[in-house]
Amino acid sequence: MVAERSLIGASSAGETFEVAQDVAIKLAQAIGDPHPDYEAGLAVPPTFPTTFWSRLSIPALDEIDPARFLHGEQEYVYERPIRPGERLSCAARVVEVTEKETRLGRVTFLVVETEGRDEAGARVFTGRSTLILR
Amino acid sequence: MRAGEKLPPLRKEAVTREQLAAYAAASGDHNPIHLDDAAARRVGLDGVIAHGMLSMGFLGQYVAALAGPARVRRLKARFAAMVRPGDELTCRGVVRTVEGGMALIEVWAENQQGERVTTGEAEVEIG
Repeated sequence: MVAERSLIGASSAGETFEVAQDVAIKLAQAIGDPHPDYEAGLAVPPTFPTTFWSRLSIPALDEIDPARFLHGEQEYVYERPIRPGERLSCAARVVEVTEKETRLGRVTFLVVETEGRDEAGARVFTGRSTLILR
Repeated sequence: MRAGEKLPPLRKEAVTREQLAAYAAASGDHNPIHLDDAAARRVGLDGVIAHGMLSMGFLGQYVAALAGPARVRRLKARFAAMVRPGDELTCRGVVRTVEGGMALIEVWAENQQGERVTTGEAEVEIG
């Protein structure tokens, strides 16, 4: 077992991503969401920031076998709509670590916050992911 | 939308392994528990399970169809039970409050047994 409490505050590097329309369309197709605004380049699916996760690596979490993680909860708050074509500066950080006894045995709950800001520095979205580490 | 209103359901086609592969490619989440039965069994699962974010994507589709994707201001999902290939999910919702041009909607996805596998809520702009 790694010393999981030491994960609090672990963070990714800041990364800037383009909100690519083709990624939005691929995501919508995988979900089976036919809303015409994605093809039209007017909007992205509400779960779009998920596509940033794999590129926001938190080194301390990368050392853990990914098969040990279950996703417990996810929340996205949008200050304004994410616009196709814009660039967002994103970062992810572990903000909570708690151990709990569950029907899966003793597990660790991690809360990871992800935020994205636009080129003016204004916050566009905040993600809050609860991960269960078995 | 008014408080207490039950929203029309969205019936999704059965989740397939091809869909999980497409979701992994689109999202960048290549965790093998969604793609490889042997890897899933190594961590005590019966076989591959769907990405929680795919079910949340279904709820996103549901609220985006109701309000328009650019008017979804918050979406939250709790992954209460596992979803496996072959499961047929139906998204449902009830409007909880309507205030100041925003509606708070309780949303969930249930499987073919009527079990709520993903539960959550959304805030959307209306009017």
